[in-house]
Amino acid sequence: MTMHEQIRDVLARHGKLTRGIDEFVDGESLYSAGLTSHACVNVMLALEDEFDIEFPERMLKRSTFDSIGNLAAALGDLLEPVG
Amino acid sequence: MTALPFAVRLGNDLVHVEDVARSIGAFGQRYLRRVYAPAELGTCWSAADGWSVDRLAARFAAKEAVIKALRPTGGVDHRSIEVRQAADGAPHVHLTGAIAARAAELGLADSSLSLSHDGAYATAVFLAVTAPDAPCSQHGHIQTLHPVEHQRNDQ
Repeated sequence: MTMHEQIRDVLARHGKLTRGIDEFVDGESLYSAGLTSHACVNVMLALEDEFDIEFPERMLKRSTFDSIGNLAAALGDLLEPVG
Repeated sequence: MTALPFAVRLGNDLVHVEDVARSIGAFGQRYLRRVYAPAELGTCWSAADGWSVDRLAARFAAKEAVIKALRPTGGVDHRSIEVRQAADGAPHVHLTGAIAARAAELGLADSSLSLSHDGAYATAVFLAVTAPDAPCSQHGHIQTLHPVEHQRNDQ
């Protein structure tokens, strides 16, 4: 699976979205489709399991979880090799 | 109208108690230790009854209510917003880290927290009293209270 497919899979399982994940484009607001602040925590924990990373505090804000594209950007930042 | 020498910010949140139970089921200690301060976990656990999921849900709602009221522009670790209880049982929040810095930036002078849970839902309301010239965030709004001017009709 690609990163975007993994993100979509996590959102489908934990996002409590009001529509099927396949209906979303990458830039679409997830909050507008039912993503709650509590569901964000589940999405965060599931993504950490999926990618073996930990979201730092600077990323624990609403905008990080607002869209598939934003989540992909955040994960890309965390997965980028240091140095 | 005369502006009062303070501003108020209000935040509230509603949490489905079952969502918290599901998170404990799905992620266990990782969920609990990532969201709640150690003292909060102690408050919400008893050997006889296990986790008080409704109290945990109310505390999560409190954390989000604080975030909504103070509107930090950066990230916030939920554990840095800790619900504590006074001797008389009244809840209040203890802030650390980035959210404490945001509170200081706003000139937070006083606050009040109310928690409630009944059946499927838990809710919290957080009222913050800040400096009158506290900066507005991009998404936030500060409402300065003004006394209502009443027309006298007793003549």
